[in-house]
Parts: sequence; structure tokens; C-alpha cells
Amino acid sequence: MIITNLEYIPGYTIVSHIGLVQGSSVRSKHAGRDMMAGIKSIFGGELLGYTELLHESREEAVERLQQQAQSIGADAVLNVRFSTSSITSGAAEIFVYGTAVKVNQE
Amino acid sequence: MTFNLISFAVLLLIGFGFGQASERRHYRSIKKREEQLAGLAAIASKHPPVDRQYQQYLVCGNVVVASDYFKSFLASLVNILGGRVKSFESLLDRGRREALLRLKEQALQQQATAVFNVKYETVRVGGRVTTIEVLAYGTALVPQSN
Repeated sequence: MIITNLEYIPGYTIVSHIGLVQGSSVRSKHAGRDMMAGIKSIFGGELLGYTELLHESREEAVERLQQQAQSIGADAVLNVRFSTSSITSGAAEIFVYGTAVKVNQE
Repeated sequence: MTFNLISFAVLLLIGFGFGQASERRHYRSIKKREEQLAGLAAIASKHPPVDRQYQQYLVCGNVVVASDYFKSFLASLVNILGGRVKSFESLLDRGRREALLRLKEQALQQQATAVFNVKYETVRVGGRVTTIEVLAYGTALVPQSN
């Protein structure tokens, strides 16, 4: 499965367009991490706990996108985009979407 | 009342001291790594050359950075009169550059020669103190020898 945010794949031709596929993941941080981050934000700097949380969350969303694409028989997902929205101060939704297509190697 | 004032002053001092130090440290590390990774091109073009085939990987780098107590206070002062909030500009700048560096590091692990269609996304992640997440993502291309 090729996942890319380009609009075509060099060396491949698109044979059919299947449709939009998506994956999302909503995660919140646990209270301990939240408290540490609160203290850290007096000092400034990177909040590693949140960076990791959002990174994991993004990986999960991409995995779900991939599963959905596989289940409808796609070979590749093109023009993938990420979108993040903080729903409340404790949780964020990661949303990833793209176009599922069937491709042929030239 | 006096206790409040004292704790406010202490928080400001802590924020100023640690915040400035960590920002300087961060900028030093950013500059060093930017030089190391300068050979790998990360560009915003959507159209890679079509004369050969590539392995493609979606790569992303993200970072969550918080401003410190002192910066937030400065920003709230500027907010009254309006104008450039320099303390937040540097925060966002650091976030973007760090995110791009992480993207490049990930691309290099896959032995990519270039990253195409790089996009940035910035989100505010709650909390009383301004905390932002910057995401940079793109397609890492590894040329195939055929």
C-alpha cells in the first residue's frame, strides 16, 4: 500500500478511482501527564509527553486510513492530508484523509 | 495580597530565567542540526520528476512547545495596545523549524534523497499558557535503481 501526499506516483498509472478514505483518532492525555505539562509550561520548552501522544495518535489514524483503503481494494492512497483539532483542552482529534485509487506499474 | 505579588514575581523570574535559557539552547541545537541536514531537500512542490520510480514514504515530524510564564505575561501586555508579539513569533519559529528537522530525520532513516509536498499545520493545544503543536509532513522519495 502506497500512502503519499503527492497527486500521482511516478512510474505508475492510475487505473481507477475508488473514493475518499479516512482515519481518525481522538486521544486525551492522562491526568499525571497533564499536571506535569502544567508545571512545565511555567518554564517553557517542549512538552515531550504531548509530542509523543500526538505522534502515536497520528500513527493510529494513518493505520485506520490504510485499513479502510485495503478493505475497499485500493492499492494506493493519494493526496493524503492531516487535520488536527483540539476538541477540549484535554483532548485532540487527529483526522487523516486521502483519495483511494487502483494503480498499475508502467 | 503581598503573597500574591511575591508569587507572581517569582513565577515571572522563573519563567524569564528558564524560558530564555531553554530557548537559547533550543536555537543552538536547531542551527546545528539544520547544518547537518542541509543536504536533504524538503520542498513544497507537488511534482517530482517522472523519469524514474521511487519508493515513497509519508513522513511527519511534530513538536509541542509551550511558552513560559514570562513570555505569556509579555504577550498579555502587548495585547492591550496591539502590535507584534515577538515572544510568540520566536515560539512558532522554533516549533516549525524543529518539526521540519524531525521530518528530515525520519526521511533520512528511510534513505530518502528528497521530501516533496511539505506541508505545515499548527494547532493550539489547550491549557492556560499558550501551547502549540506544529506538524510538518511530506512524501519522502527513495529513487529505485532501474
